[in-house]
Amino acid sequence: MSLIEKTALEIRELQNNGSVTAEEIAKQFLSQVKTHDGQIKAFLHIDPENILDQAKKIDEKRKQGKALGALAGIPVAIKDVLCCRGVPTTCGSKMLQNFVPPYDAFVIDRLKKADAILFGKTNMDEFAMGSSTENSAYFTTRNPWDTTRIPGGSSGGSAAAVAACEAPLALGTDTGGSIRQPAGLCGIVGIKPTYGRVSRFGLIAFASSLDQVGPFTHDVADAALLMEVISGHDAKDSTCVNVPVPSYLAQLDQPIKNLTIGVAKEFFGEGLDSEVESSIRSALKVYQSMGATIKEISLPHSKYSVAVYYLVATAEASSNLARYDGMHYGHRTAQKKDLISAYSNSRGEGFGKEVQRRIMLGSYALSSGYKDAYYLKALKVRRLIKNDFDKAFADCDVILGPTSPTAAFKIGEKADNPLAMYLSDIYTISCNLAGIAGMSIPCGFTKGGLPIGLQILAAPFEEEKMLRVARMFEKQTEYHQRRPKL
Amino acid sequence: MNTPYQIIVGLEVHVQLMTKTKLFCSCKTVFGAPPNSQVCPICLGMPGVLPVMNEQAFQLGLRAALALNCQIANFTKWDRKNYYYPDLPKNYQISQYDLPFSYEGYLDIDTSSGSRRIGIIRAHLEEDAGKSMHDESGRGGDSKVDLNRTGTPLLEIVSKPDIRSAEDAETYLRELRLLLREIGVSDCEMQEGSLRCDANVNIHILYSSDNGEEIAATPLVEIKNLNSIGSVGRAIQYEAERQYEAFQKDPKNYRFGKLLKTTAGWNEARGMTQVQRHKEEAADYRYFPDPDLVPVVVTAEQIEEVKRSLGELPSQQRTRLQAAPFSLSAYDAQVLTGQGRKMVAYFEEVAKISDPKSACNWLTNEVFASLKERSEEIDQFPIRAPQLGELINEMKQLGIKREKARDVYQKMLAENVDAKTAIDQLGYKPFDDNLLLDLIRKAIEGNRKAVLDYKKGNEKALDRVFGTVMRETKGMGRPDRIKQLLLEEVAKIEA
Repeated sequence: MSLIEKTALEIRELQNNGSVTAEEIAKQFLSQVKTHDGQIKAFLHIDPENILDQAKKIDEKRKQGKALGALAGIPVAIKDVLCCRGVPTTCGSKMLQNFVPPYDAFVIDRLKKADAILFGKTNMDEFAMGSSTENSAYFTTRNPWDTTRIPGGSSGGSAAAVAACEAPLALGTDTGGSIRQPAGLCGIVGIKPTYGRVSRFGLIAFASSLDQVGPFTHDVADAALLMEVISGHDAKDSTCVNVPVPSYLAQLDQPIKNLTIGVAKEFFGEGLDSEVESSIRSALKVYQSMGATIKEISLPHSKYSVAVYYLVATAEASSNLARYDGMHYGHRTAQKKDLISAYSNSRGEGFGKEVQRRIMLGSYALSSGYKDAYYLKALKVRRLIKNDFDKAFADCDVILGPTSPTAAFKIGEKADNPLAMYLSDIYTISCNLAGIAGMSIPCGFTKGGLPIGLQILAAPFEEEKMLRVARMFEKQTEYHQRRPKL
Repeated sequence: MNTPYQIIVGLEVHVQLMTKTKLFCSCKTVFGAPPNSQVCPICLGMPGVLPVMNEQAFQLGLRAALALNCQIANFTKWDRKNYYYPDLPKNYQISQYDLPFSYEGYLDIDTSSGSRRIGIIRAHLEEDAGKSMHDESGRGGDSKVDLNRTGTPLLEIVSKPDIRSAEDAETYLRELRLLLREIGVSDCEMQEGSLRCDANVNIHILYSSDNGEEIAATPLVEIKNLNSIGSVGRAIQYEAERQYEAFQKDPKNYRFGKLLKTTAGWNEARGMTQVQRHKEEAADYRYFPDPDLVPVVVTAEQIEEVKRSLGELPSQQRTRLQAAPFSLSAYDAQVLTGQGRKMVAYFEEVAKISDPKSACNWLTNEVFASLKERSEEIDQFPIRAPQLGELINEMKQLGIKREKARDVYQKMLAENVDAKTAIDQLGYKPFDDNLLLDLIRKAIEGNRKAVLDYKKGNEKALDRVFGTVMRETKGMGRPDRIKQLLLEEVAKIEA
């Protein structure tokens, strides 16, 4: 296995024992990007010179015998929704084409303190709205396992970057599945932490009550490592909960005794691809072979998840995205006769179709005369969805199921059918609505060689348990060791 | 006032809270800083930033609400009010919609017809917007936006339509301003915009038509752009008369319920209201709970603590000053309380040393004028309360007359000396009865004829003797005592 195919922990070890420098690591990943990203198109913005500078500084620090952070010299690709001081942050939108934030997101600050190498900004669906990166205003990212297919979205660039070994680690954001779905479709590990586990400061909001930042990695141990770095309280985010962060790595290899796995019948309904289903069933058998109990549970309100999500998320988005009006931020139209036309033309030209669709949907859901029937009703059902999970977690440690109903679909296949696209998040959305923790790990491949993701859901702030459950499976299987041939 | 209609007014008041920093970020809130110098990514609403509530602002809000006798919600939340305007960078304002942190209070005001209770519907917190400066020359120049004010904490206080005259509206605002200043919530400077007021005005008219008598109500008008308490009164008066005329022209249709609420601007220069827009064109604000902020829970202990820290409120002070031992008139109590807590404390000290009525007179007749002249606050005033008390007492004991006492006061003020020293230095010798009797006997000797005339029944004749004594005392003798002693002496003389 070449260096770039290794995990972050392996690369860290190679640095610690002096076999490789941060600069050499950076050069090898930059070389991989140079060779393959023309085809994969994971990155929107990458600055090799700056990356090599960062790496040299880490090597210098090491040489001087200074204490080094947990991610010293490890490249981390960043979804372009996270603000990095002095670095273009476009959100995959023409609207923010020229936006250079004067501040770092909390997670970026944490990465810097951990001596990580900030390794470029990755492609995404515009404002994180989409499941394929086809809504990016710039280009569509390709799935490294089959470049005629989408990598998933909205964090498709980050997922593809890790899967294609262009970076060992990446950060994404997950509002309705935007980490887990692309992780599943790209055959890697992705985590949506509990709402409030990771600060949202500097994450350009799509839907504030649902958004969370999380890691993309090759395996569960790397995910635990990155989670340790980015989790924790931030006084700048009122919704970030002040709950101590355990060492996710410390107990990682300890299996959960008397593990009870909940399996929701609602996650195996119509629309689930048979190859995906059999892969998930096999995964459950792996757990059974380790002594886990499988318990059938019900999440009766989960069937409303997609409907609730497209009211709550769009309502919040309609307000969050109001600031992009060409006055203070964002694209400003040349066609401005008066204030109203300046606003509407700037927004009409700056936003893509899907973003416009969601802003209109959300504005409608909040409008007087409709708010009770749509937005407020959706909030009530959201509570019922959460209650379903609370009830379920009283009886089981984790809930397992498919991450997505199908493996990666073809580019363009669902581009003209928003509803079909929305349904690709059918299993991931309820986790965000309930604010619980969720992750996707590789659990098999289709006959065509496309990865399949196993979703593991856990109660709020039970990331440690979730990671250990994931690690149990990983130790019995080798899906996480496969790398696509580019 | 004798008008053929009754004015009905409700006031919406916005006050800026005296916090060091803004409501959701740590930018300063100093008035008059260079444009856009007190801003940060958070109050500029830059992509990715998040608000964090300023605890001090909430505390000040609680102080105000409790001083206004409001109920405090034990659970309150923040909402977004969505609308587009260039001085609102996020294009939504963080405010409170259906669960304000306080509601159902009142403020008592002293009016010409006695005390009146003005109900408070609600008081809630919100962030201020920036300021737009448009080219008013009409030549279509660029508009400029100053975002220093963006995010400054505001308390919106909505009164019930309990105000019945322009005068009462002014009294309400003065009382509110006094209260909020006294409890340290806001400096309430209308000129600087730290107190802003919109007035909702209509009138009730006793109207007789073929259908008999009825009370007709005119449509509501919300008056904006009121820049002083005086202009609030003038605008209400103007608007009431305008509505009465409008009703006279069209009594059938110019009615509450038939026409929608309109917004009018007050033009101070022209002394008239001008309709700005009809409310039916107003935006749908699409309020919803701000997902970036967490609800605020207020405990009973917190409420008690704030209540304890409020101290005596102006209305309580007024009541106390009218009761024993001060027993001031309602007017005097109002005037003193209106000058603030420090003045009242000063008064109490002077009154204890001397007497309340003299203390109050000295304050209102002399000290207020001196403070104004010297641009000083009472706590900077060089004549401290014990010295003023002493002056009053000396004046009484020595029989020093008002004009002379004023000279003593001016000397104390100019040279920073105490009352006794000033009296000494001015050569105002006290005249006891013996000294006075000497002078009186000498004057009788020198005016034998006048005394005899008096004895014969010419009462006026004694004035001449009295005048001579007064001259000799250089105005320092107490006239009543001199008169008494003179009469006694004259009585001893055989006719």
